[in-house]
Parts: sequence; C-alpha cells; structure tokens
Amino acid sequence: MGNPNKAKAEKGIMRWVDDRFPATQMWQEHLSKYYAPKNFNFWYFFGSLALLALVNQILTGVWLTMSFNPSAEGAFDSVEYIMRDVEWGWLIRYMHTTGASAFFLVVYLHMFRGLLYGSYKAPRELVWVFGMTIYLVLMAEAFMGYLLPWGQMSYWGAQVIISLFSAIPAIGPDLAQWVRGDFLISGITLNRFFALHVVALPIVILALVVLHIIALHEVGSNNPDGIDIKQKKDEAGVPLDGIPFHPYYTVKDLVGVSVFLFVFCVVVFYFPEGGGYFIERPNFDQANPLQTPDHIAPVWYMTPFYAILRAITFSVFGLDAKFLGVIFMGAAIAILFVLPWLDRSPVRSMRYKGWMSKVMLLLFAISFVILGVLGVLPSTTGRTILAQACTVIYFAFFVLMPIYTKLEKTKPVPERVTG
Amino acid sequence: MKKHLFGLLFALVPVTAMAAGGASVPHSMDPDLHDQASLQNGMKLYVNYCMGCHSLQYQRFARAADDLGMPQDLVEENLIFSPDLAYNDQMHNAMDSGDAEGWFGAPPPDLSLKTRVRGTDWIYSYLLGFYKDPSRPTGVNNTVFDLVAMPNVLEPLQGVQELVCAETDHPVEGQEPDALSGKYQSCDVLQVTEPGELEPAEFEEAMYDLTNFLAYVGEPSKLQAQALAPKVLIFIFIFGVIAYLLKREYWRDIH
Repeated sequence: MGNPNKAKAEKGIMRWVDDRFPATQMWQEHLSKYYAPKNFNFWYFFGSLALLALVNQILTGVWLTMSFNPSAEGAFDSVEYIMRDVEWGWLIRYMHTTGASAFFLVVYLHMFRGLLYGSYKAPRELVWVFGMTIYLVLMAEAFMGYLLPWGQMSYWGAQVIISLFSAIPAIGPDLAQWVRGDFLISGITLNRFFALHVVALPIVILALVVLHIIALHEVGSNNPDGIDIKQKKDEAGVPLDGIPFHPYYTVKDLVGVSVFLFVFCVVVFYFPEGGGYFIERPNFDQANPLQTPDHIAPVWYMTPFYAILRAITFSVFGLDAKFLGVIFMGAAIAILFVLPWLDRSPVRSMRYKGWMSKVMLLLFAISFVILGVLGVLPSTTGRTILAQACTVIYFAFFVLMPIYTKLEKTKPVPERVTG
Repeated sequence: MKKHLFGLLFALVPVTAMAAGGASVPHSMDPDLHDQASLQNGMKLYVNYCMGCHSLQYQRFARAADDLGMPQDLVEENLIFSPDLAYNDQMHNAMDSGDAEGWFGAPPPDLSLKTRVRGTDWIYSYLLGFYKDPSRPTGVNNTVFDLVAMPNVLEPLQGVQELVCAETDHPVEGQEPDALSGKYQSCDVLQVTEPGELEPAEFEEAMYDLTNFLAYVGEPSKLQAQALAPKVLIFIFIFGVIAYLLKREYWRDIH
C-alpha cells in the first residue's frame, strides 16, 4: 500500500475505495511511482501516441457505428449519409480513416524504436511478443475495417487478400470460402467483418494492450542506452536514473500529443484522402462485383508485405509461386515474433553495438520502405527484381542476426544513463 | 474466378489510375469552393443540362442553397423543376433507370462522387472533350472517354466541335516545336466549327463552374472543414505551448 503515513492521511472517498479496490496502489505502481529512465528521447513518444490513436479509433468508431448500416445494400449510402447528414459525421469519419493511418505510423515508429535500442531483449521478450501480437491483430482489424465502406477498393482489396487463402494446397479454396461465408465477397462477408471489426478484435486489442503494459511495468522500461537502471538505486530503493512516470513523462508526453494532434488535424481538415493513400480514389465508387478496378493496391501500411508476396514469382520444390508468396508474406511477419531470440549481442542499444548491426538495421529500414513503395505501384520486371532484392535484405536482417550480433565487437556500456 | 483474381495479383498490368478513361487528361482546373457565383452558375447549368439524366443522390437542394448562399424561394422557383421533389430532397433525376438502360446501354451514373473518383481535371477535360464523330450513334465522341455513350447535351452552348489538323500549344510526343512560333503540329486539335450560344472562352468558364459545382457536391463538408480548421489548429498550438512550458517547469530539477 506504499507509504503508511500517506495511507493514514487519506480520508473520505479515496480511503473508502482503497479499502475495497487498490486504486491508489495501481495509480502508484503504474504512474506516480513507476520509475522510468530519465533519458527517454524522441523515439519514446510513440508508445503513448499509439494509445492515443487507439482511444481515437474506439471513440470515433463507436459514433460511426451509430449511423453505419452494415449491409451490402446500405453500407456505401450510409457512409455518405454520415459524411453529409449526420452532425459532425464528416469529422468523426475522417478522424477514423486518418486515425487508422496515424495508428500504423506511430506503431511502426514505436517498433523501430524497439529495434534501435534493443527493447525486445531479455527480460522484455514478452513485452515484444505481446506488442507484435497487437500489430498482427491490428492488421486484421484494419483490413476488415477497410471493407466496411463497401467501395470498389474495399471490395476488390478484400477479394484479392481473401483469395490468398485459396493458394494453400488442398484446403485452400474451401478455407477462402469459409472466411468469406460465400462464393464471393458479399453482404455476408460484410456482416461478419463488421462484427469482428467493431466487437471481437477491439476486445482482443484492448486485452493485449493491457498485457503489453503489465509486462512492461513488471520489468521496467528500457532506454536509449539499453542499460538496466534498477542496478543503481538510492537508499529508498528508487533507481538513481529513474523518475516517476507521472508527472514527468505525463507532461512530456502532452507535448508529443500536441505535436501529433497538430499534424493529425492538418490531415483531417485539409488532406483527409491522404493523397489517395488513406482513402483510395476508386473507393468513392460503390462495390461492383462485375467490374474490377484497373489497379488494386492495399492501403499503404500493408504494402511492404504485399510487395513481398508479389516478389515471389518462381516455383520451388513443386510449390507454386502464389503459395510460396503467401508463405513468405506470413514468414515476414512471423519472424518478427522470434526476434528476441535471434539477437545474441551482449548489449541492447544500437549505440553500443558494432558496425554490422548498424548497417543491417539501416539496410532493413531502407528495404522496408522501398517494399512499401513498391507495394503501391503496379509491378514491372524492374520493380519485381528490386522487390526481390529488398525481400532478401528483409529476411537477411533476421536470419543472419545470430551470426553478426555474435561476431561483431561491441562498445563498452556505461554504468549510468548518458542523457 | 479465384484463378482469375490470382492472375491479377501477380500480373498487375502497368496501368495507372489515369487509364480510367483510356486517354490522357489535357486540361486542369483548381476548384474554388469560396467562389459562390461560380458554384451557383455551376448548379444552374447542372439542373438545366445534366439533371435530366444524372442524379445527385446524396446532395440535398437545401444544403446546396445554404452552402452556396441562395435563398429558398429562389431555389424552389428556378432550380427545382420536378413537382415530386421538395426543397429538402436530394437531387434525384426524373428518368426511369430501366428506360435509360434501353436508350443508352447503361443508366447514366450518379454524379455525386465522380469528382472524387476521377478528379476534377478529368471531369473538366471530359466536358470540354466532345467532338463530332458521325460513326457514333450519338454523332459525338470524347477525347478523354473514347466511345462515350453520352450525347453532347452541351452542344447548344458550345457549338459543334471537331478534331482538326492544326497548330497547338500542347507538346506533341516525338515532335520538336516550331522554331519561330514554338507551336506543334497535330491532328488532335479540337476546334469549334459551328458556333454555339457561347464563345469558346465563355464555354470553358461555364464548364469550370460546372466542374466546380461537382467538386463541391463531392465533398460539401470541405467548406465546414476549412472554416473550422484554423480554430482547432490555433487551439492545439496554444495547448502545445502551455504543455511545453509545463514540461520545462517540471523537468527543471532533472539532469
């Protein structure tokens, strides 16, 4: 219960509550007496921003649900109804569509921070695994959400991605049909995606976020130096380089929130279509099963994996290219889960790793961005070769990690954080 | 079907979004949603020339009247022709879609969101792109939409436009400009051969207004968004400054 004097001083309602529910205790454990390293830098804003983006998606999503009609006949019209006839509907909807892209942007930056400072390494393996699971479910959530406006790209994007299941030998076609609930994407698919998008997956995501944070607070936050601040404590048991999350990081994160919201609102108010990347142009045409758009591209946050899928254009061991593509796409995501066990370096942070780790991370980041760009563009022979090269680099980063992290010479790690 | 889709995945042909109409877009225009005279003229042209066939199923007369600064009685007297439509109704057309399919092969599409699908440049170029083509059932074809089914309903305003061989300012692929005039020779030049009610420049202006109106219809909330945005951004900016000062105050004793 923390400080006994303080507990005695508590009066009235808080005392009454604390006798029945550990409110003060939780407040202290997770905020006022959660000691975070004092040297967090720019990269450490994105965790709290991801939480903000999640809250934004849930709140705007709830209000959208009040006016959305989840049927093949009514979905498209109801979105325009929200845009035109519902009070502030346009703002709520654009906050939701822009929010999806913003969510992925901050999550990608948050994950990159983890790679940069070794936040996935022991004892934070479960923090990373829970986080990766959030990311995986988030992709499913976004994919299903994109079908709901029932535009041309909603329809054909879903058609292409679900038909990936049909590449699996033997059970594929039946599996794809089972996912769709029909022989082709139909109102039945829309209804089940709606249920999963607004009820099932948000519950899973929220539960995973709780697990992610509990696991983090159990072991404590990493920092840009990648050193354990709990090694050096004062007499009271407080880490010398730690500061209470509240108020220090709550006020600091408010500054990050302001900057984020400013940029977010500029997009929401002035560029809600995000240049055709947040809301794709063909999506202003209602879904038409008889007319395929000229060019089908997933939304930007899925495109690196889509590019990997398309990069596999050859058959190996009698497995055909499309099935191999699906396997590689799955592997590209799956391999992230085992990252904590691939890194054999004695240090966490890139600041003290050797040149090989630095070069590999740089190449990995560049190839990920290039894959993202290629995934939006129609493929040509040259682009396919580039995508194949980037796919090799993407996997090399992980597969060779046990070797180069062990081979390279690391720099000595300081005892105290360096600011 | 699935096989076909998979083929699509791996053999996405190198086409771009521009390929939607099958040809390039020669004209560009920037919508100006604050030019109420232009938007009002665009709406007038729309109800007189387009709305017989093309509905605006998401656009209410009343909303347009409010946003474009037109009084209700004026709109009811001059812009609502059908006795079945009320001031608060959406701008539905009178034509039966079954009839339309019989006459044109497909019912004329609703135009509420067309500027968001095709872009305003395409719509503007399309409206300016009709030319005489006796081989077509309607007697006209279109430079940005080949084999278009729509007749040139704007011909009384524009006159008869034909594709001719002439000098042009637009660069022609594989051709150097003339050293003296800087112009190119092309047989894809549109020229009005029989004048209509409007001069070519006036017609272009009218089509700008019509496209501008359709741009408004595509996203009426843009007016609200642009009005609200500065207030929100100023609020967030001030909030950010206060948050930064607060942070600096709290962190004074750290480091």
